[in-house]
Amino acid sequence: MVLECKHVWDYISEFLDDSLPPETRELVQKHLETCDICSAILDSTRNILILTADDRIFELPAGYSQRLHARLSREIHSENIGPEEPIQEQD
Amino acid sequence: MIAAILAGNRELYHNLIEPYELSVYRMAMSFVKDETEAEDVAQDAFLKAFRNLANFRGQSKFSTWLISITLNEARRRLRRQSTVRMESLDDFTEEGGKVSPALLRDWSEIPSEALERREVRALLQRAIEELPPIYREVVVLRDIEELSVEEAAGVLTISISSVKVRLHRARIMLQKALAPKLKLAIPKKRRWLAWY
Repeated sequence: MVLECKHVWDYISEFLDDSLPPETRELVQKHLETCDICSAILDSTRNILILTADDRIFELPAGYSQRLHARLSREIHSENIGPEEPIQEQD
Repeated sequence: MIAAILAGNRELYHNLIEPYELSVYRMAMSFVKDETEAEDVAQDAFLKAFRNLANFRGQSKFSTWLISITLNEARRRLRRQSTVRMESLDDFTEEGGKVSPALLRDWSEIPSEALERREVRALLQRAIEELPPIYREVVVLRDIEELSVEEAAGVLTISISSVKVRLHRARIMLQKALAPKLKLAIPKKRRWLAWY
């Protein structure tokens, strides 16, 4: 079975997560070895996700930590603490 | 540490949350798009987590629980403002439609040094912010906060297969929006030079 480009695009995310079934992964891999366009799409997606996850994209504003801990301190020293509304914990 | 805080050593809460200050702010910032507002969301989330600490039973990681509270705070705020901002979380519940990537003949790796440039950081930030909420949520949880697919499904209360579908679309949308712009912003020669 040979995959066409548009089918390979559907597998890009799972290929990056290494969550494709082995036989599908092998087919995608084979296609990538001979297709410059799909290789460039895969490489650019991987590269963009790495850049996007970089801590520098959303930096903490100056003084954020101090303001946060000051507010927490006021709360921590307040006598009236307790849940405002129940929070469901996810499994 | 949580047991000690609940037993009365409340000051320890400062230490407990320290490693998550950036994650929670980043989660908030990717939704509310304004630094002051994101800071408010982050503070509210940390306070809510403190007030509800007794309800945390350790079924999930503390970080995942915290992220989940932050997401709900951000959503609550967005809903409140949706009439003003003309953006509603409910506008993007449709998962149909195919997303195609930007077609390229080649791609030269952009090193993380490129992020030293303000305009490159702004490009990436804008691309995340412009994703429809259901896609933004999943990409932030999975690719920025590095939650597993299962954890992201738990936080968003959707199925694992929905996470995978949304994640795929979100990633392709980011590639489509960013690949051509990054190629222009960082020409090949410059990318090559960046390694030296």
